[in-house]
Amino acid sequence: MSILNISNLHAEVAGQPILKGLSLQVNAGEVHAIMGPNGSGKSTLANVLAGRPGYQVTSGSVTFQDMDIADQEAHERAVAGIFLAFQYPVEIPGVSNMEFLKAALESHAHAKGGNQPNAAGIIKQARELAKSLDLNPEFLKRGVNEGFSGGEKKRNEILQMLLLEPTLAVLDETDSGLDIDALQVVANGVNKFRSQDNAVILVTHYQRLLDHIQPDFVHVLADGKIVQSGDKTLALELEEKGYAWLT
Amino acid sequence: MSQSVDELVGANAEYQAGFVTQIESETLPPGLDPDVVRFISAKKNEPQWLTDWRLQAYALWREMPEPVWAHVHFPPVEFDKISYYSAPKSQADGPQSLEEVDPELLRTYEKLGIPLHEQEALAGVVKSNPNVAVDAVFDSVSIATTFRDKLAEAGVIFCPISEAVHSHPELVRKYLGSVVPQRDNFYAALNSAVFSDGSFVYIPKGVRCPMELSTYFRINERNTGQFERTLIVADEGSHVSYLEGCTAPMRDENQLHAAVVELVALGDAEIKYSTVQNWYPGDENGKGGIYNFVTKRGLCGGPRAKISWTQVETGSAITWKYPSVILRGDHSVGEFYSVALTNNVQQADTGTKMIHLGNNTKSTIISKGISTGRSQNTYRGLVRFSPTANHARNFTQCDSLLIGDTCGAHTFPYIENKQPNAVVEHEATTSKVSDDQLFACQQRGIDPEKAVSMIVNGFCKEVFRELPMEFAVEAGKLLEVSLEGAVG
Repeated sequence: MSILNISNLHAEVAGQPILKGLSLQVNAGEVHAIMGPNGSGKSTLANVLAGRPGYQVTSGSVTFQDMDIADQEAHERAVAGIFLAFQYPVEIPGVSNMEFLKAALESHAHAKGGNQPNAAGIIKQARELAKSLDLNPEFLKRGVNEGFSGGEKKRNEILQMLLLEPTLAVLDETDSGLDIDALQVVANGVNKFRSQDNAVILVTHYQRLLDHIQPDFVHVLADGKIVQSGDKTLALELEEKGYAWLT
Repeated sequence: MSQSVDELVGANAEYQAGFVTQIESETLPPGLDPDVVRFISAKKNEPQWLTDWRLQAYALWREMPEPVWAHVHFPPVEFDKISYYSAPKSQADGPQSLEEVDPELLRTYEKLGIPLHEQEALAGVVKSNPNVAVDAVFDSVSIATTFRDKLAEAGVIFCPISEAVHSHPELVRKYLGSVVPQRDNFYAALNSAVFSDGSFVYIPKGVRCPMELSTYFRINERNTGQFERTLIVADEGSHVSYLEGCTAPMRDENQLHAAVVELVALGDAEIKYSTVQNWYPGDENGKGGIYNFVTKRGLCGGPRAKISWTQVETGSAITWKYPSVILRGDHSVGEFYSVALTNNVQQADTGTKMIHLGNNTKSTIISKGISTGRSQNTYRGLVRFSPTANHARNFTQCDSLLIGDTCGAHTFPYIENKQPNAVVEHEATTSKVSDDQLFACQQRGIDPEKAVSMIVNGFCKEVFRELPMEFAVEAGKLLEVSLEGAVG
């Protein structure tokens, strides 16, 4: 079953072309790793998929679950099931994590026409997830990412992913800035999330994340295009040889 | 693609209380001179001392310059084009009971959601608002007061000030102008000369007022200024919580509102005064709207007295307002909690003064300013410690939140300390609702309007906590409405 189909995608940021004819097919149950040198367009791809303002698609198409999402706003894509774990999660002072999670879950429930989730249930679920990610459940009372360490912010992203249960999770360099222990915790979270009904795109610089999360496919992005695709052995090859031989 | 913050702050929320009541009024021709002052006084059948007091204020006002130091800009107010008295004609003799109140007036209050009609108010007991007594001021005449009997049982006096002048002259004479003297400032002097009506509250010694007291002000008549005068006296060991809500209809002209509120808390007494101000702010280009030039001040007159101001200011074209506390009694406490939201071309210059005179006096200032559109939002505060204020303390926190990049936030905190053992703390932050924050919310499914409202509500949390429950809900909604327009 196709979850994401990107066809000959061109996109620009501030008038600067970044993606130059990128195509990618992602099916349910798959984990794709996107690797590539700095400036190759990895984060742009992640943001374009999420519909971030300022990222302009100039040609090509993106279909999510057989639906063209070009005209959908970011929050519409989110409730449709696209999740982006941020490379740099922002702080939202004064808004507690609990309020934030509740508002997010309510928006999802509203979009699906389902019942509003009850607060007690959310708290219980969020506390359990927090424990599984080595986060102090007290964090729910604090402002969103307010005063969090880099590792805590990344774990909070994974918590949100597990709570919202998206169909497609795009992780934008979630491994950057994590120590080995935190990396293991985050990887466990992603492995727990993986199922036959969803798909994951891992944007990463480093092979080390792929030691913990086994990808089905590895793609190399260079100058806005996928220049090489393979299985997980490609990542090991890149680790050894670098990117230069591909570009 | 979705909008960025900058695109979201364009249009204006439709002003929800902007209807005009068609009702015959008795209105003085525009202009102000001693005869007008005498007319107003005579109309209310006032004793000679009050007529003289007004005339004295008028004479002072004539000599005073308009204040120009505030960070606001507007064409000069033409004081001789304002009518200084307006009363609904059918009420010329004053209603004796609710049945006599013009049904048109009652409908107006219904639209505003005030449980004026006693039946409705009592019905409201079951639903939401069991303990609120309402004194409604419609233009210049206070038309009806509910729950007065229940209050009378507790010995609480809650009535229009025009009535208190007759029923409790000794109290009014003793305290009127005792906190805000006639010569205090230009607008206070004007108010003293022509004040129309307002509320009077007296809580006797040791009495805890059995319900929240509430006044709704509304400016209706075209070209009339509104000059309320409110006086609240809490005798020793008493306690009262007072709520004030304000709306005005949409008009193309600017209207002047120059009220004076005086609070007196004697020893061990506590007054909590909460305001939700939603006067018409003008349209998105600044046409029309209320000039809200208000003097509010409280006196902690005895030991351990406490006065707490909480305000949520979302309306008015221009706001010029500094609810203050004079801390005279030893160990007395003054508090100021404020949320001021400006949108479009609104201008607000608001803050507080905490004047420490007594020993061990303590004050707290929490101010939250939110600016969006092309508005200008200013905090202006003064904390003064006199040499007599041993071991006094103040804590000030002043936060500004900007939405978009065409608005302004300004902070002018003044600290005057003549007492070396005083402790002063001042914290201030300025932040911006960023595109990144908005996108982070959107990416989790939260639409931009809700996201902005959630971020702003989070920013104001410390102040909303201070509001009585019903008001906190109303304030949250009001903020959402004001911002919903901003996210047009």
